[in-house]
Amino acid sequence: MIRILFFASLRERLGEAETTVAAEPALSTVSAVRAALAARTDGRWAEALSPEERLLVAVNEVMATPDTAVGDGDVVAFFPPVTGG
Amino acid sequence: MSVPGHLSEHGHWHRIQTEAIDCGAAQAWLSADLVSAAGATVLFTGQVRSEQGQVATLSLEHYPGMSDKVLATLVEDVARRWPLLKVLAWHRIGDMQAGDTIVVVGVAAAHRQTAFEACSCLMDRIKTEVPLWKKVSGPGGSGWVDARDADLAAARRWHEQDGADER
Repeated sequence: MIRILFFASLRERLGEAETTVAAEPALSTVSAVRAALAARTDGRWAEALSPEERLLVAVNEVMATPDTAVGDGDVVAFFPPVTGG
Repeated sequence: MSVPGHLSEHGHWHRIQTEAIDCGAAQAWLSADLVSAAGATVLFTGQVRSEQGQVATLSLEHYPGMSDKVLATLVEDVARRWPLLKVLAWHRIGDMQAGDTIVVVGVAAAHRQTAFEACSCLMDRIKTEVPLWKKVSGPGGSGWVDARDADLAAARRWHEQDGADER
């Protein structure tokens, strides 16, 4: 199982703070996971996670890129550009 | 709930906290016990802007666990890059009012140029790298604050200089 977290405006748009996807060979990178989530039947997902949306991603609490490998037991977090300070 | 934060033996103190920030305590910690070595301390504080009354409250969300980890890494990075005696970075999360302190960043060094540069770098990187998000509310409603390109450019400047230093 891959655990997926959403934060801030993305969490509000999706109406969910987290979800899970089953680990499988086809979901071996961040970009594959994002595409799989965007393909969920509810239109909100396609819109909020579309490639045009500028989102950051972390895998196991470390900043990642679309090519970063993911697998069973990983935690993948998607969020908008940060605005602290 | 009080978050004690992490104080390393090398004079680094970072924490993510829900309680009000005590800027006086930050300054006191930076300047204590440094009579012989430190000629300069620089302390930056950031407050919630009211934006001419449009912002009454600010809610700051974070990625629990990762926010603390990234803040620690940034503190260590500046301490490696400049000869600093102390580095402090406290960031508040949760609900705040206009005028409240959101963040305090400070460094102690032998000379002011080092202290100004290190403090500026740490603040620029906090704004663009720690997983924190601001949502503001006021008479006109509420909304998430957008990231600013100027902040990204300010942070990139330090990364480019760092690369140049290594060449």
